[in-house]
Amino acid sequence: MAAPRAFLHLASSIWKWGPRDIRGLSRTVAPEGSWRKGRALLQFLADHFYDVKALREYLFRKQVLKVHQKNRSFTHIKEQYGPYIAGAYFVLKQGGAVKFQGQEWMQSNGRGRFSLDFFKFQAVPVEAVDASGCAINYQGLDNLLALKELQSLSLQRCPHVDDWCLSRLHQLAGSLQELSLAGCPQVSERGLACLHHLQKLRRLDISDLPAVSNPGLTRILVEEMLPNCEVLGADWAQGLKLGPEEQS
Amino acid sequence: MLRRALRLGVGRCPLGRGLGTRRGGSTLDWDGKVSDIKKKIQSVLPGGAWNPLYDTSHLPPEHSDVVIVGGGVLGLSVAYWLKRLEKRRGAIQVLVVDRDYTYSHASTVLSVGGIRQQFSLPENIQLSLFSVDFLRNINEYLAVVDDPPLDLQFNPLGYLLLASEKGAAIMENNVKVQRQEGAKVCLMSPEQLRNKFPWINTEGVALASYGLENEGWFDPWCLLQGLRRKVQSMGVRFCHGEVTRFISSSDRMETASGEEVTLKRIHEVHVKMDRSLEYQPVECAIVINAAGAWSGQIAELAGIGKGPPGTLQGTKLPVEPRKRYVYLWHCPQGPGLETPFVTDTSGTYFRREGLGNNYLGGCSPTELSPQEEEPDPGNLEVDHDFFQDKVWPHLAQRVPAFESLKVRSAWAGYYDYNTFDQNGVVGPHPLVVNMYFATGFSGHGLQQAPAVGRAVAEMVLEGHFQTINLSPFLFSRFYLGEKVEERNII
Ligand SMILES: Cc1cc2nc3c(=O)[nH]c(=O)nc-3n(C[C@H](O)[C@H](O)[C@H](O)COP(=O)(O)OP(=O)(O)OC[C@H]3O[C@@H](n4cnc5c(N)ncnc54)[C@H](O)[C@@H]3O)c2cc1C
Repeated sequence: MAAPRAFLHLASSIWKWGPRDIRGLSRTVAPEGSWRKGRALLQFLADHFYDVKALREYLFRKQVLKVHQKNRSFTHIKEQYGPYIAGAYFVLKQGGAVKFQGQEWMQSNGRGRFSLDFFKFQAVPVEAVDASGCAINYQGLDNLLALKELQSLSLQRCPHVDDWCLSRLHQLAGSLQELSLAGCPQVSERGLACLHHLQKLRRLDISDLPAVSNPGLTRILVEEMLPNCEVLGADWAQGLKLGPEEQS
Repeated sequence: MLRRALRLGVGRCPLGRGLGTRRGGSTLDWDGKVSDIKKKIQSVLPGGAWNPLYDTSHLPPEHSDVVIVGGGVLGLSVAYWLKRLEKRRGAIQVLVVDRDYTYSHASTVLSVGGIRQQFSLPENIQLSLFSVDFLRNINEYLAVVDDPPLDLQFNPLGYLLLASEKGAAIMENNVKVQRQEGAKVCLMSPEQLRNKFPWINTEGVALASYGLENEGWFDPWCLLQGLRRKVQSMGVRFCHGEVTRFISSSDRMETASGEEVTLKRIHEVHVKMDRSLEYQPVECAIVINAAGAWSGQIAELAGIGKGPPGTLQGTKLPVEPRKRYVYLWHCPQGPGLETPFVTDTSGTYFRREGLGNNYLGGCSPTELSPQEEEPDPGNLEVDHDFFQDKVWPHLAQRVPAFESLKVRSAWAGYYDYNTFDQNGVVGPHPLVVNMYFATGFSGHGLQQAPAVGRAVAEMVLEGHFQTINLSPFLFSRFYLGEKVEERNII
């Protein structure tokens, strides 16, 4: 007997806060003159936010969306001009610098503008990318992973580069020789462990990684894992801070 | 009201609850608003929240559209997706009932936290891929204003599966399917394996498959707490108590072929409060069975499986607790930072734990040999001889460095073991029409929880699967005898 009642409830609760009530409310609140405008605003607020928390949730989502948008791939450029141009365009747009093989470093000017001269280098591979401080994330990394001749990559102080990103770098194992992750706030020893795929790596900068729980030990373990690579970072003093138990 | 008060016995004042749950038939939800305003006022007044006489906050509400039995990762994931996919904020009331919020027995926190795409069923691979995407963006999905971001501690080191001569062909086929579904998995010959991981003894290994991305392990507790925090902020209610009984009505119907079937509908769930004889009936429209290893019992409470054998009525939910041990050992000369989650040809598995040369692993008894006895699931005691006799020999054979190791600790947990085909059960029961399952994942429920939650929520809200088609995992397969099995390489 109670079952249909429960279903009714499901239905009735859907109507409880129907748009009718809210609009009715807003009409009484808005003064006569700016009736239309006020109504529209209140309607918008009522539709979208329950309270301040919802507003802040909305702002957070906007922020996330912005990062996602910055990391979109330029598929049309890639289709038309190939991966090198698309990758370079992406990096320059983000405010980083690129170096095509046998060319000078290229960078955007202070106002985020850059010349599109490099579109003529379609067949020239990109050999170095400096994306220091860029908003690159997991998604945006696609653009760099397509640069199969990339030898040097700097991701210093990139706020969105995390362990998940590092787990994708194996795709550059064939070429990558230099990598800097210094100052990336989200990179931890768990991501660094994935770098074992990069057997060509000669230089790795892992200094100043706040998310690494034990910098000294981590550096030793990374060096063990990549015997042919010079590892910069965490000075030994940080290792000395260990208790005697952990050192043994 | 009187009947209810009597049933609940003395010591509880029914009036105390009156305000919160009495529903007028009018359009405005006054009850909800009043109690909301009261709560707000109480939170600003000093000492206002303390109300010894009328404190009923520990009791479940008298009504909830959806009652989820089990607050483990699967239950919470269903709650999350129900709230997230609801058409309008606050449209559905969801209540999660669990008898143990310390999670002392819950599989979720006793698992080893692995996630992989190396399955053979496309559905399992898809579930896992969806989940890994969820985990990667966990701080977007589960963001709560004013709470710190979650640190999932994901170790993206991949699974390394080893196959003997016998299993090599199956492995190759599996990897083909995995790649089709979009997983990043590579095959390795014994020689490649030796080059990459010199600490492995490749004797008896014909082929290895190795996950390059999206595989590894993470902290299950973090996922659980993150989900909990989020669903709480979305208005899901929690209740500490045990589900002991379902009150349902039945309808007799006749199929086109003249067979008689009885359709049941649960309309009340009885929740027994912790350490008391009191119970509270909760009127509901839908029940989600996410009780993990105990979901078989919950199904039985709803009358599932009580009927003549061979009929749909008589088909049980074949999920039962199976005890599995996990050992943590220390080995100073053990494999380094790059160590993946290794699953040996024998079924033994291990992974690194932290940086201090610690490892954890174990083995399912039945995977070693079908004749092997299952340990008694009555308690969670650890059998240390099992490690000495059954696990360690395989470990030491595969990784010679493990010949000298020291077991530091161990624990046991329950698999939500599906005895029929070791795969999940998702979706509604054909006869008890408003009970939905999210259980039976037998050792891979944690990693698939985010996707399964979504599938169940879609089923409840839309009546069909949308994101991933999980119809092979419906309950009816037990009656029809259609096993959906993983093709294992061992
Ligand atoms: C040793 C071990 C290792 C594992 N490793 C992995 C792994 O690497 N990867 C992976 O994906 N999975 C793994 N799993 C499996 C995974 O843990 C489970 O599949 C998953 O956690 C199931 O989640 P759940 O929410 O259904 O169950 P649980 O977390 O067990 O939650 C069920 C809850 O229901 C509650 N409950 C039961 N009956 C009632 C009742 N009558 N009333 C109220 N509440 C009730 C219980 O208190 C419990 O909290 C492992 C499991 C074990 C045991």
